[in-house]
Amino acid sequence: MPDQPAAVLHEHFAHQFESLDHQKEVSLLGMWVFLVTEILFFGGLFLTYTVYRHMYPSAFAAASHELIVWAGTLNTAVLITSSLTMALAVAAAQAGQRRALMAFLAVTMALGCVFLGVKAFEYYTEYVERHIPGHGFQFEAEYAQPAQIFFSLYFMMTGLHALHMIIGLGVMAVMFWLSWRGTITSEYSSPIEISGLYWHFVDIVWIFLFPLLYLVGRHVH
Amino acid sequence: MSTEHASSKRAYYTVFLVLLVCTYVTWQIAYFDLGPLNTLAALAIAVFKATLVVLFFMHARSSPRLTWIVIAAGLFWLGILLVLTLSDYLTRLWT
Repeated sequence: MPDQPAAVLHEHFAHQFESLDHQKEVSLLGMWVFLVTEILFFGGLFLTYTVYRHMYPSAFAAASHELIVWAGTLNTAVLITSSLTMALAVAAAQAGQRRALMAFLAVTMALGCVFLGVKAFEYYTEYVERHIPGHGFQFEAEYAQPAQIFFSLYFMMTGLHALHMIIGLGVMAVMFWLSWRGTITSEYSSPIEISGLYWHFVDIVWIFLFPLLYLVGRHVH
Repeated sequence: MSTEHASSKRAYYTVFLVLLVCTYVTWQIAYFDLGPLNTLAALAIAVFKATLVVLFFMHARSSPRLTWIVIAAGLFWLGILLVLTLSDYLTRLWT
């Protein structure tokens, strides 16, 4: 086929597509569809949270007050910064700047690790303060039962979010390797763009988790 | 192409700063007693921040219509999940 444009003969071009652009469009759309399933996945937890918070508003305020608010705020800033470096990594990939791409991916991964480190420190603090739901759980007697519900939701929601962060770090490690190998070019940057969509989604989940978990009834206590 | 990239990078930095300011406002506003408005304000700011991330960082702004349909469908189903369930749970004590 002598008339095929050069891009069509790219080594990562799959023959069922009309062009590399078409291929990229389809793979990005696939990621969006996956993210929609993720919205509903997390949506169920946010729904459960709302139902129980509506049932036990003062217990949720008291339990939320036990969380380390500076750690939550710091982590929000860390994730937002990592989203910026991820967006810049995508821009570098599209522009074919391999070194900048690798640098931005590395910074994104480093910030992801900072987030998980702060999270680990928080979990450890809750463990020391006996806020892990179960037999050892301790809280003001008045709120002991519903506070366990709050902390169950806290650990489930932030735990699921942290799992997404860990998967994201794995994805970014693969992206770093692909960039280092030179697989990622300005023509073929869709792997970075797709991973970026995932990373930003995980950031968005945290944007909602932060006020709902850390800031309930701060003005009361 | 290069000017387009430069302008989108400027947008990234602007969005980043707005997101940081919003985080600070969310944090500070929680210490004022606004009654039920506390939660409402926190959620409104969170929705605003999420919208900025989707539009700019995730390039929804320049994505094909089909992507918009997928996003809208996702939000619509999330709406069904939340509205139908909460219309039961939040009204059980009404007389």
